[in-house]
Amino acid sequence: MLRDITIGQYYPAPSPLHRLDPRTKLAGTMLYLLSLFMTDSLVGYGIATVFLFTVIKISRVPFRFMVRGLKAIMLLLALSVSFNLFLTPGREIFRIGFICVTYEGLFTALFMAVRLIYLVLGSSIMTLTTTPNALTDGLEKSMGFMKRFGVPVHEIAMMMSIALRFIPILVEETDKIMKAQTARGADFESGGLIQKAKAMVPLLVPLFISAFRRALDLSMAMEARCYHGGEGRTKMRPLRYGRNDVRAYMVVLLYFTAMLLTNLLPV
Amino acid sequence: MNMIEAAHVFYEYVQKDENDNIEEVNEALSDLSLTIEKGSFVCVLGHNGSGKSTFAKLLNGLQLPKEGTILISGMDTRDDASLLNIRRSCGMVFQNPDNQIIANVVEEDVAFGPENLGVPTDEIIRRVDEALSKVGMEAYRLKSPNRLSGGQKQRVAIAGVMAMKPECIVLDEPTAMLDPSGRRDVMRTVRELNKREGITIVHITHYMEEAVDADRIIVMDDGKIVMDGAPRDIFSRVDELKELSLDVPQMTELAYELRKAGLPLPLGILTREELLQHLLPLIRKARKERGGKDA
Repeated sequence: MLRDITIGQYYPAPSPLHRLDPRTKLAGTMLYLLSLFMTDSLVGYGIATVFLFTVIKISRVPFRFMVRGLKAIMLLLALSVSFNLFLTPGREIFRIGFICVTYEGLFTALFMAVRLIYLVLGSSIMTLTTTPNALTDGLEKSMGFMKRFGVPVHEIAMMMSIALRFIPILVEETDKIMKAQTARGADFESGGLIQKAKAMVPLLVPLFISAFRRALDLSMAMEARCYHGGEGRTKMRPLRYGRNDVRAYMVVLLYFTAMLLTNLLPV
Repeated sequence: MNMIEAAHVFYEYVQKDENDNIEEVNEALSDLSLTIEKGSFVCVLGHNGSGKSTFAKLLNGLQLPKEGTILISGMDTRDDASLLNIRRSCGMVFQNPDNQIIANVVEEDVAFGPENLGVPTDEIIRRVDEALSKVGMEAYRLKSPNRLSGGQKQRVAIAGVMAMKPECIVLDEPTAMLDPSGRRDVMRTVRELNKREGITIVHITHYMEEAVDADRIIVMDDGKIVMDGAPRDIFSRVDELKELSLDVPQMTELAYELRKAGLPLPLGILTREELLQHLLPLIRKARKERGGKDA
C-alpha cells in the first residue's frame, strides 16, 4: 500500500544502461537534450530518432512506461503545435476564416512536437534506469566543483536523500492524521476549493509539528553517529567509472558530433 | 579504567518566553555521580521526567552538563577534540526507529557511521557485513528500511552503532514503540552483544521485565539516583519501587503478594522458574498434609 510507494519512476531491469555510472547517464542526457536544440534538419532528426530508440531498446524498459511521461506535457504539446501551425506566415496550404495553415507552419509545428516528445522520452530514460539515490550521488559527485563557489553540494545531496527516505513515512503519517481527524468530525471531501483548502489546516498543522519533531530526532541521531558534514567522509560504494562508462561516453560524443555536423549539410 | 564516570553532574532545561525572559527552570539532573564498569549490563529505570533520557544524551556529548564532568573511557565530553572519539566509542540507539535511520537502503544506513569517521571503503564493507550478521539482519542488506518491522529497524540501528566498533552502547527506551516479539528480538540482540562482544550496555527502559537480566539496576527519580544494585536487591524493595510509581516484574509482584498472604517465599524472586522452584515444594507439602488428613 502506501509503504510501497516508489519515488521517481525507477524501473528495475537487468540492462547495461541500469549499471552505468549515474554521472555518465546525467552527462549523456544533458548532451542529448542539447543536441535536440542544435539541429533543424531532417537528417538530424533521423539520427536523433535512431539514437533514442536504440537506447530505449538497450534499457529494456517497456515503451509504455516511457509514454507515461508524455501525458504530463500533452497540454503544452497541443498548445505549441497549434500556435506554430496556425500563426506561422508563409506559403498558404488552406485557410478557414482568419486561420491560415502554411507549409512553414506545418514543418515547424511538426519539428516542435517531435523535439518536445524526444526531450521527455530522453529524460525519462535516465529517471527510469537510475534510482533516486544513485541520481543524488551522481549529482553530488558531478557538481563537486561548485563547492569552490560556496555551494554546499554535499549538504544539498544529503538533504535530497533524507527527503527521499522520509516521503513514504510522511505519506503514511498524513494518512493516519487524516483518519484521526475524520474520526473527530473533520470533512476533507465536500465543499468548494476554498472549503477544501480550509479543511487542510487541521491536517497540515499536526503534520508539520511531527515533521519538525522527526527532524530534531534525526539530527540528533546523525550527530550521535559522528556526522559532522562532508569533511573527511568516505563512501561505502564510491562512484567509479567502468569500461562500459567509457564506451557510453564515446557513443554519446560520436552522436553529438554527428548532430553538430548535420548543421553543415546543405538542406 | 571505567567505561563511564560521572561526577556531580547537574543539568537543567530553561524555558524562555518570546522576550528571552526565563519562565521556568527544570532541573533534570542534580548532583548525579556514578561509575559504570567496562563490559557490564546496566539498566536505568525511572518514570517519565526522572532524568534518565537526559542522562543518556549526556553520555555521548549530545548535551553537555551544566556542572560536573562526564568521562567516557577517560575522555571528557566537554573536550571538543575528543568528541568524535566519544561518540564512536559510546554509540546510541534512540526510541523511535523511523527517526534514526538515515539512508534508503539497510546497508547504506549501517555504513553511515563508518563513512562519517572516514573509514576506507573495503573496511566499511567488512564492518557492515560483520555488524549485520551480529544483529541477525544479513538477509535484509539491500532492503528498504520502510519495509522492515519496528524490531528489525531497531536491530538495523544497533548494527549502525556496531559498525563504528563501539565499546559501549546506550539505548534510550529502544523497545518503547515495539510489539512484544520485536521487543524480545531487540533484547536478545542486546544481551548477545554484551555476552559475546563484551560491549558495555546502558539500557534505559520502563519495562521491568527487561531489567531482570541486567548486572545492575539504577533507579532514578527527580534527577537523582535513588536505588543502585543487583536486580534481586532492587526488586526485593517492592514497596519503595511502588512509591516511585514504578512496577516490578510480574513474577516478583506475584511472589510479593503471595508472601503478604502468608506463604513463606523469599524476597526478590525474578523469574517464573524461580517462583516455581520455591512454590512447588510448598504445594507438595500442602498436598501431603491434606492427603494425611483425608486418610
